[in-house]
Amino acid sequence: MASNKKYWKSVEELNENSSVVKTLQENEFVEEIPTDDFLGNKETLEASSTTRRDFLKYVGFTTAAASLAACEGPVVKSIPYVVAPDEIVPGVANFYATTIADGFDFANVLVKTREGRPIKIERNDLSKYGDGVNARVHASVLSLYDSNRLTAPMVNGEEVSWSDFDASMAQKMNEMGGKDIVLLTQTFASPSTSKLIKEFTSKYPNVRHVVYDTVSSSEALDAFQSKYGSRALADYDFSKAEVIVSVGADFLGDWQGGGYDGGYAKGRVPKNGKMSRHVQFESNMSLSGANADKRVPVTPSQQLQILKALTGGSASGLPDNIADAVSKAKAQLNKAGSKGVLVTGLPNVAAQKMVLDFNESKGSVVMDTAKPKMTRKGNTAEVMRVLNGVVSGSVKGLITVGVDPVYSFPNNEAFKEAYQKLDMSLAFSIKEDATASLAQMVAATPHYLESWGDVQMKKGNFSLMQPTIRPLFNTRQFQDCLLKWTGNTKNYYDYIKETWTSSVLAGGSWNQALHDGFVESSAEVSMEDATADEANMTLESSTNNGALATSAQNGSGYELTLYTKTALGDGQQANNPWLQEMPDPITRTSWDNYLTISAADAKELGVENENVANGALNGGYVNVKMDGVVVNKVPVLVQPGQAKGSVGLAFGYGKTAAIQEEMQTGVNAFPLYKDFSSVQNVTLEKVGGVHEFACVQLHNTMMGRDIIRETSLEIFNTKDVEEWNAVPKVSKDHQEIPVTSPDADLWEDFDRSIGHHFNLSIDLNACTGCGACVIACHAENNVPVVGKSEVRRSRDMHWLRIDRYYSAEESLEVDQDKKEGFSGLFGDNGSLGGFGELEDPSANPQVAFQPVMCQHCNHAPCETVCPVAATSHGRQGQNHMAYNRCVGTRYCANNCPYKVRRFNWFLYNENDEFDYHMNNDLGRMVLNPDVVVRSRGVMEKCSMCIQKTQKTILDAKRDGRPVKDVEFQTACSAACGNGAMVFGDINDHDSEVYKEKKDKRMYHLLEYVGTEPNVFYKTKIRNTEEV
Amino acid sequence: MKKVNYRNLSSFLSFLLLAMLLTFSNSVLAQEEAAANDTTATASSEAAPADGAGGDVAAGESLFKANCAACHKLDRKSTGPALRGVADKYDRDWLYEWIKDSQAMIKSGDPQAVKLFEEYNNSVMTAFPQLSNTDIDNILAYTSQPKPEPTVAQVPDGGESTGSGDGVSNNIVLGALALVFLLLVVMLFLVTNTLKKIAAANGVDYPEKEPRTPIWKAFVQNQFLVLVTSVFLLLTAGYFMYGYMMQIGVDQGYAPVQPIHFSHKIHAGDNQVDCNFCHSSARKSKTSGIPSLNVCMNCHKNIAEVAPETATEEYSKEFYDAEIQKLYEAVGWDVDEQAYTGEEKPVKWVRIHNLPDFAYFNHSQHVTVAGIACQECHGPVEEFEIMKQHSPLTMGWCINCHRDTNVRMEGNEYYEKIHEELAKKYGVEKVTAAQMGGLECGKCHY
Repeated sequence: MASNKKYWKSVEELNENSSVVKTLQENEFVEEIPTDDFLGNKETLEASSTTRRDFLKYVGFTTAAASLAACEGPVVKSIPYVVAPDEIVPGVANFYATTIADGFDFANVLVKTREGRPIKIERNDLSKYGDGVNARVHASVLSLYDSNRLTAPMVNGEEVSWSDFDASMAQKMNEMGGKDIVLLTQTFASPSTSKLIKEFTSKYPNVRHVVYDTVSSSEALDAFQSKYGSRALADYDFSKAEVIVSVGADFLGDWQGGGYDGGYAKGRVPKNGKMSRHVQFESNMSLSGANADKRVPVTPSQQLQILKALTGGSASGLPDNIADAVSKAKAQLNKAGSKGVLVTGLPNVAAQKMVLDFNESKGSVVMDTAKPKMTRKGNTAEVMRVLNGVVSGSVKGLITVGVDPVYSFPNNEAFKEAYQKLDMSLAFSIKEDATASLAQMVAATPHYLESWGDVQMKKGNFSLMQPTIRPLFNTRQFQDCLLKWTGNTKNYYDYIKETWTSSVLAGGSWNQALHDGFVESSAEVSMEDATADEANMTLESSTNNGALATSAQNGSGYELTLYTKTALGDGQQANNPWLQEMPDPITRTSWDNYLTISAADAKELGVENENVANGALNGGYVNVKMDGVVVNKVPVLVQPGQAKGSVGLAFGYGKTAAIQEEMQTGVNAFPLYKDFSSVQNVTLEKVGGVHEFACVQLHNTMMGRDIIRETSLEIFNTKDVEEWNAVPKVSKDHQEIPVTSPDADLWEDFDRSIGHHFNLSIDLNACTGCGACVIACHAENNVPVVGKSEVRRSRDMHWLRIDRYYSAEESLEVDQDKKEGFSGLFGDNGSLGGFGELEDPSANPQVAFQPVMCQHCNHAPCETVCPVAATSHGRQGQNHMAYNRCVGTRYCANNCPYKVRRFNWFLYNENDEFDYHMNNDLGRMVLNPDVVVRSRGVMEKCSMCIQKTQKTILDAKRDGRPVKDVEFQTACSAACGNGAMVFGDINDHDSEVYKEKKDKRMYHLLEYVGTEPNVFYKTKIRNTEEV
Repeated sequence: MKKVNYRNLSSFLSFLLLAMLLTFSNSVLAQEEAAANDTTATASSEAAPADGAGGDVAAGESLFKANCAACHKLDRKSTGPALRGVADKYDRDWLYEWIKDSQAMIKSGDPQAVKLFEEYNNSVMTAFPQLSNTDIDNILAYTSQPKPEPTVAQVPDGGESTGSGDGVSNNIVLGALALVFLLLVVMLFLVTNTLKKIAAANGVDYPEKEPRTPIWKAFVQNQFLVLVTSVFLLLTAGYFMYGYMMQIGVDQGYAPVQPIHFSHKIHAGDNQVDCNFCHSSARKSKTSGIPSLNVCMNCHKNIAEVAPETATEEYSKEFYDAEIQKLYEAVGWDVDEQAYTGEEKPVKWVRIHNLPDFAYFNHSQHVTVAGIACQECHGPVEEFEIMKQHSPLTMGWCINCHRDTNVRMEGNEYYEKIHEELAKKYGVEKVTAAQMGGLECGKCHY
């Protein structure tokens, strides 16, 4: 060695007298290997009963036994029913109409059961209000089979029987006589439950009922109540709207209970040259903002000003570009008259009142106040009093039902301490959540698929909830408990039936209502209103203005908008692996929540997002501070479109109680939910460390390619289709011919004229990116969950993904023009710099969503490269995948231009390394028995739900009738409430999908490749017309 | 899993032995049988004159079986009471009235009638106004017959019943031939030995043979021959290996022991119960469904024992009755009380037809739409005493059938349009399942 320089491997080596270093130098291993124990001592060796020959015998025997065992097939047992229920035929699915009402999501659903097990949630097509069937509702069937559920009632941590539980409850209520007890419940919106609670509180007058919505809509309720008298929320039918202006309302998300995307999508599809115009002012990039024709990023404090300006005030004080946008929006609203609608999500009573007044004054046909929505009831002022009462000790007992205040109250540390000191604490819970784990008494409640119930989601629309499976555990409904405790001998089913026959049904049939799942009735049913607090409704100087009153321009201050993510909502289903793995529609990140921040602010803070070598996304951390409350180590995600000076953080994460370790993701945002206001002023402080995100889409823009075709309404109406939706041309014999022409074709075509030929149409105008189809696909096709670290390695298994693209320039079209205009490598129009520019999304990008699944190409590139012919074509248009034939070469995935094939890198079922639902008996009950569970080493992909099309065909054959058009469905098309996905047989010329195929907006993805897919898209049209 | 690949071998051996046995025992058996027939004939002729008292026993028996047997047994409680000796228990006129319209009697408040009605769980007895008093007399005559002593040794022992048919005679001939050949070989050996001894005694000398290269050495030296032979051996080995490998996982003939000995032969064969009566879901579901036990109880509520004729020499009547008792135990049926106890013990049948998970098969497609008889795939189940897998259930077997079978399109409106288009386009009237896409991977694998 040329140099004498001393190299050291650890700091310890620099210490000359270090014993560790000395030992390490002398010994190969730090600790001695205990060979002496079994070799050093001759006596022990001899005394051992296992001789060398014995050892060889064992080896020989086990080898022989193993090979013998491998030769024999297993003995399979079949155990039929002893007495079969009449309605169950093994192998045939039954459907039941029921209703989800978990306090956050409310929707009419159909439940598919097989051999008595619910396996899938479908939309209830009969219901006019079925639009609430979002991704969470679809995933709720898996929460039924959650292995972390409570299995029995508990008193002081001991499992007891229900009769013992009732006894100790009665004793407790006697002890508590006269002391203040609060019954803190979720919103039930249930006529029968309201009645029951009234009976309960009249028996125990010291109990008072307070409704608590984990994510509050209290201000909107207050405003509605002061204007119209009842505590409810105005309903909106966006299909009737011509102009929609939203100020901070994510109405395609969970704003005021959600469920508006179906109506919205209807108005977005151009009909007779007309579609609605949507202007969005918001700080976080939300689903609504992503779908808007015009999106203006503004901070929450500016939103209040904008709202005032829109409703008649002045726009002074706003930056010019925003003021301009406001005046244009105002002009459009005025022009639209009664067909315009203004909505807001600001947590401010005055703001909510302004909106109601404005829509009322315009006579808006979009807003419905006569039949309002009842799905939120909570009053923050009252909940605040409960919180303070518990902390101060004036409230002696607390009964919680379906809510988890220890987790979700703003100052939960103080509350947690006080809660443990209460004289009486009883939690009705499906899981041992943060509250239940501290409660003296825990009543295990069943899942909604195991319960009876009734719901009035909207005035005059009554729904029934019915059990679809016998309770899995020793659980009892809250309502049945109340019936027991009020000395009623009836069960809740009889109670509901009595309520309904006496008031709701008005002579109608109970069985019909149960069959349909809902009934329309003009019956007035007295529902308990959380007592309206008139004193607290002073509109102008509302106490819960929070950050709205003062803008946070001083120094390092940011305006935080708290929101709910599409996947997890308020966090009730945080232990649901489907939802954890579902990528957020906007950020495309799964298994996390994070602080969204604008690129400019991130630069200022010095926080970065970067892609590492394996393609995964990493980010930095910040501490979020707000008068005394600190949320530590919040990962930061740079969000294009985030208003500068604002940040966003999602609720529902950071749970630790009754949640499997893998799913304890993200940070809890509820400590920042001061006064239950979703807008707060916070300061950020950068801290060290690198956070690993599981983001499934790294490329944020399309780089000017026409993957998503889009145009403006004006061009769509006036220009020839060749100009905005041209079929790509290829050159043959120096002549340009369309790629679809048979001359351009390398292949012999199948004859598809006879029988069915399936096509799937995806309308990019109607798709809002809500992700319901993604979860429906998971449930239908037994798609495995792979976990965060695998998603980071791009090994996610989603058969259906929803790509989200940002524009780098003003709009996606400008991107395309720019790319077309490239000439040469360098210079202003040089492609070298130009592509780099196209790669970065702009500060306020246009957004487009595109669901992509296997395109089922008629000339599929994957089929030709498979060495074992495991993937082949069917004449019905489906690209088949025979898993048992696949040897896992992955050639097909490499040759697929759409990147929709998924490889099973591991065995994802019955494998402790992937401890999700497929690894326990309970979770496996959700598997669809008609679809095989794939094993390690095989490729899989969307099958266009061949099991469903085959079933439909078979049903028709068996009945001896032709297939009706609406019968053919895939899981995604059935789940789509927006009508974005239409599936059917194009050989049936009367079918809906045939009409879609003939539409001039139709195009194929990467059409110039010549794959002739059976999935086609419809060009996105944006309404860019200003007044 | 029990493999039964070589069952032919063992049966062949047993046939040989049987053939030997038969050649010596036939005549003896024939005599015994004739004697047994004689005794039964005398027994029945003795019974006939004993019942002349109130009516015609034969007419009564047929009436009883037609009208009463559904609810009444002679010696055992069923839905109604056991009827043997009923004529002695009740007044004859009362019985006339009761049988013709029991409900009227109960309504009128006849104490005896009411008591009886209540004793049997208020189950209403069908009124039989069509029966004349003579008819009733006949029935009562039949029910008044003394219980016959259980006749023993009716069934001749000895394994003769299975040993009939062409196979046996062939085997006998073959066996005899083999014996003759064996004798010939032995004789030839003995003859040469004797001849050698005679030659030695007569002093005839054989010339000493030249020591030649042994054949195996010559073989080894001939390289071409070695090559050809080894190629041949390898190919043969390969052929047999392939044959052996191909039958791995194919469980044709798999006939496991079931928790209850259920005889398809008795049910589907002797009693001609339609397959779909029990396997009803085959018509509408992908599985044919192992019938739930309540389906068994539709009949077995009343059938607690098999008829003596059902017994074979392999399975006695007691054996079958015990199997029915197993059913009662599983379903929780108390025979004496004629009621369910509620203690159910589900039966863990051993599944015979195990299609792998990745193959989708739908019974209703084949049974209802295609109209294929169950026996096409499951074999002559009505002859199976023990159920077994008849077909190999391999993919090649499925595919072959799809290639050969025409789709049944007539009378099915679903196929109307398709058929019309096909006829127009290709001028064909019939298409096979394969032509309809029945060979596509995704039709069965998803």
